[in-house]
Amino acid sequence: MSDLLEVKDLKKYFVIGHRDSLGREPITVKAVDSISFTVQEGETLGLVGESGSGKSTTAYTIVGMYQPTLGHANARGQDLFANGKARPKSLRKEIQIVFQDPGSSLNPRQTIKQILELPLRLHRPEVDRLTETVRLLELVDLPPDYMYKYPYMLSGGEKQIIAVARALATEPSLIILDEPTSALDVSVQGKIINLLLRLQREFNLAYLFITHDLSLMRNVAHRVAIMYLGKICEVADMEEFFKDPRHPYTQMLLSSIPVTSEEEEQAKPVKVVSTGEIPSPVDVPPGCSFHTRCPYVMDICKQVDPEMTQFTTGHMARCHLFTEGEQPETIGQS
Amino acid sequence: MSTMPLLDIRNLHVQFDVFGGRLRVLDGVNLAVRAGEKVGLVGETGAGKTTTMKAVLRVLPQPPARIPEGEIFFEGQDVLKLSHRKIMNVRGQGISMIFQDPTAALNPVFSIGAQMGAVIRHSLPDNQRLSKRDLRERSVIPLKEVALADPERLLDSFPLQLSGGMRQRVCIAMALATSPKLLIADEPGTSLDVTIEDQVLRLLHDLVEKRNTAVVLITHSLGVVRETTDRVAVMYAGNIVEEAPTAKLFASPLHPYTQGLMAAVPKLTGGGVSDGIPGRMPTYLNPPTGCRFHPRCPHVMDICKSEKPPHYQVGDGHRVACFLHEGHAATGENVTTQAGGEVENL
Repeated sequence: MSDLLEVKDLKKYFVIGHRDSLGREPITVKAVDSISFTVQEGETLGLVGESGSGKSTTAYTIVGMYQPTLGHANARGQDLFANGKARPKSLRKEIQIVFQDPGSSLNPRQTIKQILELPLRLHRPEVDRLTETVRLLELVDLPPDYMYKYPYMLSGGEKQIIAVARALATEPSLIILDEPTSALDVSVQGKIINLLLRLQREFNLAYLFITHDLSLMRNVAHRVAIMYLGKICEVADMEEFFKDPRHPYTQMLLSSIPVTSEEEEQAKPVKVVSTGEIPSPVDVPPGCSFHTRCPYVMDICKQVDPEMTQFTTGHMARCHLFTEGEQPETIGQS
Repeated sequence: MSTMPLLDIRNLHVQFDVFGGRLRVLDGVNLAVRAGEKVGLVGETGAGKTTTMKAVLRVLPQPPARIPEGEIFFEGQDVLKLSHRKIMNVRGQGISMIFQDPTAALNPVFSIGAQMGAVIRHSLPDNQRLSKRDLRERSVIPLKEVALADPERLLDSFPLQLSGGMRQRVCIAMALATSPKLLIADEPGTSLDVTIEDQVLRLLHDLVEKRNTAVVLITHSLGVVRETTDRVAVMYAGNIVEEAPTAKLFASPLHPYTQGLMAAVPKLTGGGVSDGIPGRMPTYLNPPTGCRFHPRCPHVMDICKSEKPPHYQVGDGHRVACFLHEGHAATGENVTTQAGGEVENL
């Protein structure tokens, strides 16, 4: 496997106002604050975090909806941000996105055919659009007559399936899935997830799967990255992540998931009781941003932002417990 | 049953008159909640969970809503027949409610103190008046109980100054300020983040445990129900399809819908995701005849299409509305079949 997408020190700050009337001293929200990760060909990287942690901003920046404040991103060796807003078409077609709410991401005035034809028109003018539309619908297990329907005629699940088909239209190598099932009921969720998994196998697609549902993540992703207030605090392979979560926030997150069986309760490795409020992203605490809620907080955490520590290949966490020569074992025994 | 239940919903039907016709939403809901009991009401979007509880508080606007049949007994009196004045006493002291979205539940233009004060004034006997200072002192107490820092200052804050978790705590404080006997919690954690939801639910659990308040927890999350309730009722398309003690329901779900729902929840232990339940929830304008689940049911039989299944008692406190379990039913304490709703409109 090789790196399909490589993101390095990506930053996205938003200016939301000014402290004085002259426009000096801007107030910024550091939505994404220096994150680095890679996505391999055919792999699913899960990006997990709570609201305001910068998951969606990361996605939108990579897909080109936002211009990054700083940082690099390469897809197949090509710089995504080289030309500013004018990203070449050949690069655009490689990365597609499926949004959270299919109700608002499909144009209500267009038929499904029109919706699916737009990316074909732009990126693959050589194909026969009608046959290609039929093929796309077949790919996602919908009958061809859906072409002539409007989004309001479809259920929420079907709308999201259309959004997936639209993303497939450009034959991308990476699809960003921004909470693709969180607007849907559980009984519908499974169908879409299994469709996505099948498409991944068929086309060797890579997914950047954004969600706040760790139970779902467990079943779809190969690797996970946990975000908290604009920063990645832990990255690990799926199996390892659930067996040996290192960062205190990760442990808190895992402990907080309501589960439906005793077996799953046992699968939670460490119990960390959730305390405190998530700080506002406008006013991120100094040092480690998690120190206000961390059960293992030390003095250094309040001043110095920790660096990533590598445990095994692919397993990293950003916490002073590991950089300061503490015994990593102490953390698992609360 | 030895003691009279605190809340007893019997054969409740709720319909809505809309432009295209009549939505027959609730179709004979039966649910009893005893004092101090924690009952979970689970179901997907549009199953009628919130409608049921809104009917209990009588906050459904009529019209368009109408309640053609059914009784709702709260402490022995039928809520549906009470005068406006009496129902105002039930709300607050008798039953209070926490809503899903605390941002929408709090009025943005009044301070927390003003809103809390209004709740406390409402709970006073008619002739009692409180001075401003007394009212303020009384308003602080519930805020302290929900572990909010600096409650004095909070009284002068406005909802927009608080985080989502804090707003929900304020709503919980308001709901419990009048010491109700029954608390209806409508998806209290859904709009919050996982770690914050966990905190809020634990807090709520501790508070109601301490006061021995009965709770109806409306939610779509089976995980939340498993961790916080004694008994669960599963709703589908306006019916309660299965009801059982929590541990029992999770150990042996009997209704095909409950089974499908449980299989559809992704597991933390992995093992892939099931495809879920085929099809979608029917529209209430023209619901399926017989069992409303039959078009999606993997075990559908002929009888399911024409007759509505009664509730079969299959074990201690475990009842299920499915013909598959007709044979297993213990001595028929069946709740009467009410197929009328559909049959007359064929």
